[in-house]
Amino acid sequence: LIQYYRKPKTKRAKRFLEKREPKLKENTKNAMLIKGGNANLTVTEVLKDIYAVKKPFAVLYKKKNITRPFEDQTSLEFFSKKSDCSLFLFGSHNKKRPNNLIIGRMFDYHVLDMVELGIEKFVSLKDLKNSKCPEGTKPMLIFAGDMFDVNEEYRRLKSLLIDFFRGPTVPSIRLAGLEYVLHFTAVDGKIYMRSYKVLLKKSGCKIPRIELEEMGPSLDLVMRRTHLASDDLYKLSLKQPKALKPKKKKNISHDVFGTTYGRIHMQKQDLAKLQTRKMKGLKKRPADKSAEDGGVSPKKSKSA
Amino acid sequence: LVARLPEPTFRLPREKPPPRPRPPTRWEQFARLKGIRRRKRTSLVWDEQAKEWRRRWGYKRAGGDPARAWLAEVPAGADPEEDQFARLRREKRERVARNELNRLRNLARAHRAGAAGPAAPLHPTGHQSREELGHVARVARVSTASLGRFQPRLPKEPAEPPSRNGGRKRRFEPLLGNLAAERSRQLELLRDMGSKKPVLDITRAVNKQLRQEEAEAAAAKGKKQSQRGKRGRRQQRVGRSGKKSGARRQQQRPAGSGTGGR
Repeated sequence: LIQYYRKPKTKRAKRFLEKREPKLKENTKNAMLIKGGNANLTVTEVLKDIYAVKKPFAVLYKKKNITRPFEDQTSLEFFSKKSDCSLFLFGSHNKKRPNNLIIGRMFDYHVLDMVELGIEKFVSLKDLKNSKCPEGTKPMLIFAGDMFDVNEEYRRLKSLLIDFFRGPTVPSIRLAGLEYVLHFTAVDGKIYMRSYKVLLKKSGCKIPRIELEEMGPSLDLVMRRTHLASDDLYKLSLKQPKALKPKKKKNISHDVFGTTYGRIHMQKQDLAKLQTRKMKGLKKRPADKSAEDGGVSPKKSKSA
Repeated sequence: LVARLPEPTFRLPREKPPPRPRPPTRWEQFARLKGIRRRKRTSLVWDEQAKEWRRRWGYKRAGGDPARAWLAEVPAGADPEEDQFARLRREKRERVARNELNRLRNLARAHRAGAAGPAAPLHPTGHQSREELGHVARVARVSTASLGRFQPRLPKEPAEPPSRNGGRKRRFEPLLGNLAAERSRQLELLRDMGSKKPVLDITRAVNKQLRQEEAEAAAAKGKKQSQRGKRGRRQQRVGRSGKKSGARRQQQRPAGSGTGGR
């Protein structure tokens, strides 16, 4: 309520507050990468790599924060409110849960979904020595494995991963800028994340030949605990304001393949009086009309 | 080479809930009723003194710097001993204070309307405040078929205090309570019965009703009606004639009510 009765005194403060208030079309979601009280080298490296992938829409906290997200979420919510981040990645390590990563998202500065993943194998950006794609590239996300459609927890995890790695929403994209691919596979209860760089090689025709070269962080994850939002809270968070719905035009419909169909309403037509294409050769000449039944046509007699 | 992306089909949750439209302020309601539209002002004003275009307010404004105003005329009917500069400063302070007061009043009204309106959903577990829990518990108690009258209370739950707006029919005062109040109430009743003036002021009631109907009509017809200034003025005329008819009605009524009351 303070934000209502205390007006900002400078334009800069006003802009800052306007950026954070709820809007019709929202900002790109920011992610905060936090280290737990006992984060080891692996976990720190993972956080640093994910930060490099998600720059500039991420904040990497350098200090360790002794919290347990699954028990107490107040500290995470406080950070989210201060830095205006709605996605978070919390890394920790202990004997019971080694190399732990908690990935989650917020709704209205309260925790919506949280999934705890264990890192089994990690190959970082600097281990693979090849050229990387520029910072801030919008990645293409591929999800393989039917677990992502069948299992409820995996479905939420898929939505969470899309939310996390999506980046800004754009109406059109430059084809040459599609360089980064993140591939998630769910198989045998494990989730494999691989990143590839798209190389466009010369081919005979106009469309270039595509080659994928592995670069970037590759993780082998196993799902541990989850804290998913209840159905009604999730539905509430999905609700979009009516103003964002595209205005429906009457008599126009679209099908799955992108074809647009239109409907025209006509009055009843007399097909006998229909105006078709003019063909000069078929035009009825007045001489033809009189000599229609019997009698040689004047043209024929001339030739003869 | 740019490709146009198709509309997204995969629904992702929002970051924050969608913004709620704020209720109109007192001035906005009045303007909508009267049909007053916002006139866009030019950012620059011609300054005769400086013979150039200056901004309307702010640094180097059109009327000259108010802090350096060396002359303050004494207005026609004012006290000659009064300090005009002090008066100007005092009036500016009062204007600013009144503006701030009105802004806070509008905020409070909006806040009250928002709170009474769509009830905020209960926060996920662990994030409810004490008041929120109390409010929800109260609502749950009253949501039974007998409106919570036969709901047993928990061991430490306090008894429901008698509501402030009990209403005339649900006020159960004790029989032999305040004798002085009872006496005064009975005497007042006798006085009202004996007086010639009707208890219900017909003119006022009629005017109130007409104004309410006008406001409803204006709101219902929407912006179209109020956007055109002429229509707004026409409504004003209707209001005035309504008052006249109310006054006319008053002349007929007392004769009728006088006989009816007895």
